Amino acid sequence: MLKVTNLQAKIDGKEILRGVDLEVRAGEVHAIMGPNGSGKSTLAQVLAGRENYEVTGGTVEYDGSDLLELAPEERARAGLFLAFQYPVEIPGVSNVYLLKAALNAVRKHRGEPELDAMDFLTLVKDKLKLVEISQEFLYRAVNEGFSGGEKKRNEILQMAVLEPRLAILDETDSGLDIDALKIVANGVNSLRSPDRAIIMVTHYQRLLDYIVPDFVHVLSDGRIVKSGGRELALELEERGYSWLEGDAQPAAQSGARAGAGS
Amino acid sequence: MNAIERYSADFARIENALPGSSIGWLQDARRDALSRFAERGIPTTRDENWKYTDVSSLEKRALIAAPSPDRADAATLAASIERLALAAEYHLLVFVDGRYDRDLSWLGRLPAGATISSMAEVLERDPGLLEAHFAGEIWPHGAFGWLNTALAADGAVIHLEADTVVEQPVHLLFLATGSASAVHATNLIVAGNNAKVTVIEHYAGDDGATYFTNALTHIVIGENANVAHYKLQQESAKAFHIAGIHAKQAAHGRFASHSISLGAQLARNDISTYLAAGSHCELNGLYLADGRRHVDHHTRIDHAEPDATSSEVYRGILDGGARGVFNGKVVVHQDAQHTDAKQENHNLLLSKNAEIDTKPELEIYADDVKCTHGATIGQLDDAMLFYLRSRGLDEAAARSLLIYAFAHDIIDRMALQPLRKRLERQLIERLPLGSTEVSFSELLLDGQSGTGQ
Ligand SMILES: Nc1ncnc2c1ncn2[C@@H]1O[C@H](COP(=O)(O)OP(=O)(O)OP(=O)(O)O)[C@@H](O)[C@H]1O
Ligand SMILES: [Mg+2]
Repeated sequence: MLKVTNLQAKIDGKEILRGVDLEVRAGEVHAIMGPNGSGKSTLAQVLAGRENYEVTGGTVEYDGSDLLELAPEERARAGLFLAFQYPVEIPGVSNVYLLKAALNAVRKHRGEPELDAMDFLTLVKDKLKLVEISQEFLYRAVNEGFSGGEKKRNEILQMAVLEPRLAILDETDSGLDIDALKIVANGVNSLRSPDRAIIMVTHYQRLLDYIVPDFVHVLSDGRIVKSGGRELALELEERGYSWLEGDAQPAAQSGARAGAGS
Repeated sequence: MNAIERYSADFARIENALPGSSIGWLQDARRDALSRFAERGIPTTRDENWKYTDVSSLEKRALIAAPSPDRADAATLAASIERLALAAEYHLLVFVDGRYDRDLSWLGRLPAGATISSMAEVLERDPGLLEAHFAGEIWPHGAFGWLNTALAADGAVIHLEADTVVEQPVHLLFLATGSASAVHATNLIVAGNNAKVTVIEHYAGDDGATYFTNALTHIVIGENANVAHYKLQQESAKAFHIAGIHAKQAAHGRFASHSISLGAQLARNDISTYLAAGSHCELNGLYLADGRRHVDHHTRIDHAEPDATSSEVYRGILDGGARGVFNGKVVVHQDAQHTDAKQENHNLLLSKNAEIDTKPELEIYADDVKCTHGATIGQLDDAMLFYLRSRGLDEAAARSLLIYAFAHDIIDRMALQPLRKRLERQLIERLPLGSTEVSFSELLLDGQSGTGQ
């Protein structure tokens, strides 16, 4: 579904991604861990199409086409969804309006008719239950004045409504209390299916108890330096990242290709 | 001939044709106003108040008042009014090229203490009603204000005795057909103690017509009285529009002013109010300009006595090579303890060549007061745009949505539903929208939420 090959990206002249290789197949859940500042959010944002980053090398294939050629909205309509590490506040635009505009843009792209107000509301109310957000949030401005945890839940609400093919969750678990973590995990797990895939960026093994990944990768200094199964997360929890520092392999060898052998 | 000579000649030509020309005090007031105008002359950019607004292009055109303009054809007028009217139940006073047109106007039932009419009619029937308001220096006049007093041929008079409440809004529609090249209109709104009224002052002109509107509105708000004033400026894109709106609020009087500036090549608004003890004012404004257009708001709030509150929010959206000016002055006088004054001005610049000069000014002479002010200038936010696009909205739709939301903050402060709907529609017509048809019909924080910020 997604094939990232030797991806390199810069921001403001600074090299952040230095040859990332990652392959994600339908049905899989991948976790990406790694030290602060190693480039995890950069990778997520580049995949979603943020134009501030300059892609200086490598390729990204999504469902057989060149993802890097697509505008952010085209990626979204093609089923890619990014849950932001820092969801953006948009004063004056209501949550419900954004949800509806987003869903209809995706449906239109799929050749499905737009939902009328009644059907839309029925659908949204269902999803609200899933992420345990009160209906009142629908009529507030997007993320404005939301607590940290509410913002994260709101991202999951959007994801649940849009039902993406590939969801990238950037630290959606950070700042959540235990109950909220379970709710978010529920939301994510309900999306799991053989034709969807999920990439989760996280710092905590705890999330992986609720959403069990098929693969765990370590991103360090702009490269994936180690990949393994879920037990790798436990090892990282115990030992930190320092023991991996020597492991970085030259990008050209695509050493840390995820999913290899599975 | 310079401007002073030209306007003086204009005055000499039309003086005897002006309504009430035989009334001694009025004739004196007009002549006095003309000489005060002549002392000042047309302001230049050397004048601190006109530093960023150059009216020499207006002066070059030498636009003069017409004694009695030709009537535009009835069908065209009727169509314009149909398009511009806001609600069937509103009282409607139509002024064509500055002159009241009784046949095109519609006044509903009014309570006993209410006089709603044209200046010319009041001067015929009951001139005493106006005398006090024409006396000398009681209002903060600039050069254009004096010029207005000298040359104004008509305008609206809304006079409410104490305790009189006019339920339906009064819509004053000033239509410029282009047949008169300068229109000086004077409006007077007097609300006695506990009286209440909502007035919409609306200026519109035929597309492509070049003319000059010089409007002046005085508002007297009695104790506990409540006046809501909406000014909607949608002149032709070639018009010059200069307007003064000056209020005086007695103790516990309430005043809301909304100034919406959408049209004209050059628009200047001077809005001021004077607050007595315990009174409250709210000044809101929204200005949109593109191309080479220029829009300027100068506001002044005088906190003269204790315990008054004021809140001011202006927002502007400037595109192309447009230029905006905002100058908001709040003066807290020595006796005005416990003043609470808030002021904000936010500007969205949509192009590199658009410009704004914004200057909030606070002068405080009392010590126990709460005053805040702030101004921002910015482009559309990259992070917001990306967030919306990452949810599937195309770029034009995302831009439109953010611009709309920015402006809607002001519309949200307005109480009149028909006017809100009208403005929303006009705003949408100006947006880039793009291929995703964003349906703005159930938009934003409208209605359901009540969380307008
Ligand atoms: N505009 C910029 N100019 C220079 N460096 C930048 C810029 N934006 C981001 N960076 C740097 O890029 C690096 C990668 O940032 P990124 O947000 O991808 O890290 P991360 O792995 O997500 O970290 P965290 O775990 O803290 O979220 C950081 O060192 C950051 O300081
Ligand atoms: Mg990050």
